[in-house]
Amino acid sequence: MAVVRISDDALAIACGANAVAAAFEKAGHVVERVSSWGMQWLEPLVEIDGKGFGPASLADVSAIIDGSSPLAIGVIAEHPWIANQQRLTFARAGKTRPTSLEDYEATGGWKGLARAKEIGAEATVEEVLASGLRGRGGAGFPTGIKWRTVAAAKGDQKYIVCNADEGDSATFADRMVMEGDPFMLIEGMAIAGFAAGATRGYIYCRSEYPHAIAKLQTAIKLSAHIVAPFVLEVRTGAGAYVCGEETSLLNSLEGKRGEVRAKPPIPALVGLFGRPTIVNNVLSLAAVPYILSEGAKSYADFGMGRSRGTMPIQIAGNVKQGGLYETAFGISLGQLVNEIGGGTASGRPLKGVQVGGPLGAYLHPEQFDIPFDYEAFSAVDALIGHGGITVFDDTADMAGMARFAMEFCAVESCGKCTPCRIGSTRGRELIDRILDRVPRDRDAVEALPQMHNAPKDERSLEDEIILLEDLCETMKFGSLCALGGFTPYPVMSALKHWPEDFGARVIEPAE
Amino acid sequence: MNDAKANRLDEIIASHSHREGPLLPILHDVQDEFGCVDEDAKRHIAKTLNLSRAEVHGVVSFYHDYTAEKAPHPVLKLCRAEACKARGVEALVAGAEAAAAGRVEIETIYCLGLCTVGPNAMIGKDVFARLDEKKLVALIEEMA
Repeated sequence: MAVVRISDDALAIACGANAVAAAFEKAGHVVERVSSWGMQWLEPLVEIDGKGFGPASLADVSAIIDGSSPLAIGVIAEHPWIANQQRLTFARAGKTRPTSLEDYEATGGWKGLARAKEIGAEATVEEVLASGLRGRGGAGFPTGIKWRTVAAAKGDQKYIVCNADEGDSATFADRMVMEGDPFMLIEGMAIAGFAAGATRGYIYCRSEYPHAIAKLQTAIKLSAHIVAPFVLEVRTGAGAYVCGEETSLLNSLEGKRGEVRAKPPIPALVGLFGRPTIVNNVLSLAAVPYILSEGAKSYADFGMGRSRGTMPIQIAGNVKQGGLYETAFGISLGQLVNEIGGGTASGRPLKGVQVGGPLGAYLHPEQFDIPFDYEAFSAVDALIGHGGITVFDDTADMAGMARFAMEFCAVESCGKCTPCRIGSTRGRELIDRILDRVPRDRDAVEALPQMHNAPKDERSLEDEIILLEDLCETMKFGSLCALGGFTPYPVMSALKHWPEDFGARVIEPAE
Repeated sequence: MNDAKANRLDEIIASHSHREGPLLPILHDVQDEFGCVDEDAKRHIAKTLNLSRAEVHGVVSFYHDYTAEKAPHPVLKLCRAEACKARGVEALVAGAEAAAAGRVEIETIYCLGLCTVGPNAMIGKDVFARLDEKKLVALIEEMA
């Protein structure tokens, strides 16, 4: 009987993979639970002798066994969706059992850590610097510079903190690393610890990812002797989106409210418990073993401009072929959405995409020639963020999405700074008034005689739009962190590209 | 607070005493065990960790995962973030709430990281994807 490989990734499980796996076992097959290939529209994907069948349900099991199943997609590794990718971080995806040390070692595991120890701490930092790796969490700050700062800082205890609070909608690459290749993340953190002289590491994972937490805990136990004297611990978040912001995450790790800290001091110098701390995203740390084992140049050869290496891009939402697509920077948005993603899942015309999660801008199909690159995105007031793309078809109400952006910010604001805490609520009310076509009356204070500078007329809808733009400007420049600071991106981009969704009278000059 | 509860709280606190910044792991265990972090538990934890009651209350009330009272019904968390919205979760909400009425709590959650196969939901630590109204209502019926 052939070995049947089925993913034990949370997504595959949510789609019924456990029942399918049990059915194959019942039929007498040996089932290996491996990581996911990332072709998520085909999950649960069944692999026999390298050939794939998906999406498989219980009813398909007997047809897959006798070879008559119409779900066959041929050899998975040769499928164009996989073959055209440049997988460095996700090189093992679909191929190894996530918590098998044996599989990890057999596929080049621990080579990066060994090389780091061979070349020494200083050269390790230089290697990461030379690779051009930039923080994959969203800010794009050069990882090597952060490492160098911590390595040079004085402290009796230093920390490596992995930010695994992947709260953005349409992002799941961190989850796939933690569930599919946890040893790679552990190796990346151990290298960071060695380079910076830190002996303790924390992985702060959101509580919405119980499968990832379980896998990490198993993997940490199994590999403790390999990464020693570096000691690692997983900490579970508690449902606060803002804890993905690094200083808020540090407060949360310390057992406090997840309120954002003002910077400076930067966490590299005054971080966890006031000690020098490297805070890196899962994907940044997961890229490190490759950079060390294959060399900085091999990594930096991928990419464009100042965006070096590969980006694990997550194509999600209303898309036909969604999943994890790792490729060099520079690929165009249109290619990602239309060619690789195959357009909308509903088959309806595409309306727009949001890149970068709840704080990312909405992009119009007219902008689909933009290359995936940090600078190219910021030039059009958009951001790559964590590399998630949400696709919307023409039934989407962009004004409703703009309102949701404000509502989300209001729910998730930590409350420390005023533009975010109050601005988001006022923003939602303002969008409600715009959508309800109910201009705001003058309130009691505005009507007082001493308020002679206040407008005498009630606000028109045009005035309300101007006020919304003004509010967004205040939030963008006045907020302490990216939550309040970037919420204006989805709002303003929706307003700019789809003014008709806000009402046809928008920004028409008076006659 | 009865002795049994106080003893159990002490055990939980002791099991995390070796950690740096142990408050969140303690609160997670208390929430899991008792279904909430109530006033008694807050005061007890504060006293044991040498914190003020206000500090513990501040933390408990900050995070969505901790609740002051036990939910009266089983809880289904439905994702209503952007990717699930793009895949039509909003159209399922009214039907789900009608089916759940008074028997199951439907909570909103933002993102389970299964953004290509939404709408998605979570019950306890189990995740469910590709939900339509029929599947979602069936899940709710099973819980009720």
